[in-house]
Amino acid sequence: MSDTHAQSVAFVRKTEIPASPPPMAETGALKWVRENLFSGPFNTIMTLLGLLVIFYLLSGLIPWIVNGTWEGSNIQECRAILQGNGGGCFAVIADRWPQLLFGFQYPDYLRWRPTLAFLLLFAAVPPALFVMYLPRWTLIATAVYPFVAYWLIWGGTVLSPVLTAASLLAGYLVFQKVERRGFVLGLAAGIATAFVALTISGFITSAASGVLALELVESRAMGGFMLNMILGTVCVSLSIPLGILLALGRQSKLPIVKGFCVVFIEFVRGVPLITLLFVANVVLAYFLPPNANFDLIIRVIIMITMFSAAYIAEVIRGGLAALPKGQYEAADSLGLDYPQAMRLIILPQALKISIPGIVNVAVGLFKDTTLVSIISMFDLVGMIRGPILSSTQWVGVYWELWAAACVLFFIVCYGISQYSQWLERQLRTDHR
Amino acid sequence: MTTMTDPPQVEGFRIGQLINDTRYRSYTFQFIALVCLILGFSWLAYNASQNDQLQSNGFSYEFLYNPAGYDINQQPIPYTSQDTHLRATIIGAINTIIVAFLACVTATIFGVIAGVLRLSNNWIISKLMSVYVEMFRNIPVLIWIIIIFTVAANTFPPISEFRLPRDGSDPERGLLFGMFAATNQGVFVPRLVFADLGWIVAATFLASIAGVFGWKAHAKRKLYGEGKEVPVLGPSLAILLVPTIVVYFILGMPVSLENPEMGRFRFEGGFLLRPSLIALWFALSIYTGAFIAENVRAGILAISKGQSEAAAALGLRPGRIMSLVVLPQALRVIIPPLISQYLNITKNTSLAIAVGYMDLTGTLGGITLNQTGRALECILLLMLFYLTFSLAISAIMNVYNNSVKLKER
Repeated sequence: MSDTHAQSVAFVRKTEIPASPPPMAETGALKWVRENLFSGPFNTIMTLLGLLVIFYLLSGLIPWIVNGTWEGSNIQECRAILQGNGGGCFAVIADRWPQLLFGFQYPDYLRWRPTLAFLLLFAAVPPALFVMYLPRWTLIATAVYPFVAYWLIWGGTVLSPVLTAASLLAGYLVFQKVERRGFVLGLAAGIATAFVALTISGFITSAASGVLALELVESRAMGGFMLNMILGTVCVSLSIPLGILLALGRQSKLPIVKGFCVVFIEFVRGVPLITLLFVANVVLAYFLPPNANFDLIIRVIIMITMFSAAYIAEVIRGGLAALPKGQYEAADSLGLDYPQAMRLIILPQALKISIPGIVNVAVGLFKDTTLVSIISMFDLVGMIRGPILSSTQWVGVYWELWAAACVLFFIVCYGISQYSQWLERQLRTDHR
Repeated sequence: MTTMTDPPQVEGFRIGQLINDTRYRSYTFQFIALVCLILGFSWLAYNASQNDQLQSNGFSYEFLYNPAGYDINQQPIPYTSQDTHLRATIIGAINTIIVAFLACVTATIFGVIAGVLRLSNNWIISKLMSVYVEMFRNIPVLIWIIIIFTVAANTFPPISEFRLPRDGSDPERGLLFGMFAATNQGVFVPRLVFADLGWIVAATFLASIAGVFGWKAHAKRKLYGEGKEVPVLGPSLAILLVPTIVVYFILGMPVSLENPEMGRFRFEGGFLLRPSLIALWFALSIYTGAFIAENVRAGILAISKGQSEAAAALGLRPGRIMSLVVLPQALRVIIPPLISQYLNITKNTSLAIAVGYMDLTGTLGGITLNQTGRALECILLLMLFYLTFSLAISAIMNVYNNSVKLKER
């Protein structure tokens, strides 16, 4: 059949025509540009406006960076080198870099200590951040780090961090032993042990203050970006447990506990951090024992910790509220008591939900540590506004300094928020 | 048939029940908590009673009625340095509210624009908006405030460049539109001047705004009740503009704009926005705008695509889909974080002290505190103000939240 048919038709194509390339306008970059940037009059105008903005930004920024100089020891030399070519005088950053990082009072020859503490941070933090990928024993590094960092930054005898750590460990061991006879009893015993051990180790440290001692640096000498980092890490890590307690207290059925937690949280969230820092600066001393010598940095840590604990408590409360009621009921029906239900069923899930929120609070808190410059502590902002910009060598070099501050904060905060987004993706267990 | 019931247990209360019986255990815990609380507070109170400084000063707010003796550069109500600390405090509070209100308005505008544009299909625009959001979210607001203050105080031209030269030639710089002048002393803007009957025009305008809302409600009732579509846009514009314009001309133009004019040495007339106000206002709005942009984006993304597709399947036009289906649901997601951003703005206005804007923290918590040395009183009052403000806003937020939230069992 087909043969005869083949005879009757003049031409039958036996081979397929090779596919011809799509029209120029429908492929590759050109198509992408047309569809994404110039798909309509409005879109075209927006694109042109956007390009204009980018052009303006870059035309200001690129000469400033490219023509900038890193040499010179004061503003006059800088100007002589630049000769008005629009470049930035980055020499100020080169010149005052140690001050920006460590403040102007931290002894020069001891700067290796905070630097080392900072480098150790990269060994101590990953076990906590990537807890599901690293073996659990690496968490020991995280647990030991605060004591090492304290010893390195403040100095003094090695006994004081070691004995403090030992006291806390003793308290924890006692808690584990006694916990079988009741959580509350265990907690009380653990705290009592730790307290007694701390008191004893206090005596030992003051008696043997020279053992393996590093040179002591006073709290007043802390400054620069180091101060922001210290305040940020210390306050965040202290406020997470406190926040959990406050959130549980706010959820509890005991009216007195609940009332206290509600009042505390709402009060702290209702006032600006700067007023709390004023309290730390001028008022808190009234309410502490007259002879006790709390230096400013500790008072500030207390207040910032309270502040962020209230915010973290609200985040965790959100996580607790987001759990289906069935989880609480299931825990009850298994016969778990309150501490067991919380530790085994509720908190692991609630904390998982609240991680992004907690990280947001942490980033916000880290940014807020700049506020201590207002109560005349010399953190990064305080250093720039005070000693550096008012020095005769560098008066008026504000763009470069503020740019440096922006870059430092941006790196840390952007890094943390990227981590939080990654973690959120890792922890997502639904199938969306 | 009789049922055997357990005989009622007549059993006395034992001390052990306080720990072991869940019915009574909560009382024990609360008692312990109460004792700890009382002990803690009495420890604080005892320390305070032992404090020499506090004892010699006592605790009183009488200093509020003493002359303040310092000047305030932005005075919404008349004030001289002879006035009392109380008046200075009130001015500070008004200044706080002024900058908080301004910043809330502009932050919302920035945030909504940036949030919507970040979702745009235009690659350049959405990337630009991402850069904006990430930059401002990840750098402390204090740094932004100081940077913008530095810009306003150092890069704007000095007033002398606006001065008219003696030979009658044109000055170095003219006013923008004859109305605005950005100088390093601040930005001069026109001021609304109300003559005697001016308030009638203002009242008419406010009444017209209410009228527009009334007309909208009326149109909605007609549409839903009788199925009649009543035009909205044209009548609304008419209601908004016509009465005000008529009243304005009948009363002989009692409201006018007073432009700043270059006098002999300085600008006369107009209104001066000081660099501190500009820095605080602009920095807070652009910083918080970045956060609001994220909230807006999240709100729009939270509405599943099925909603708008379903609306389209019902035959609604794109504008209607937005206003009747997507926005009402997105607003439920957007508004609570938006209000907490407003709270943040209000609290962040206290950073004014870094640039010398005389808000409540600058007057009461700054100069008054330093002059009188009454730290405890001043800071308590300061906290009380912010607390009242925040609690009021969050009370409103809770009412709103409860009215729009999805009801669950």
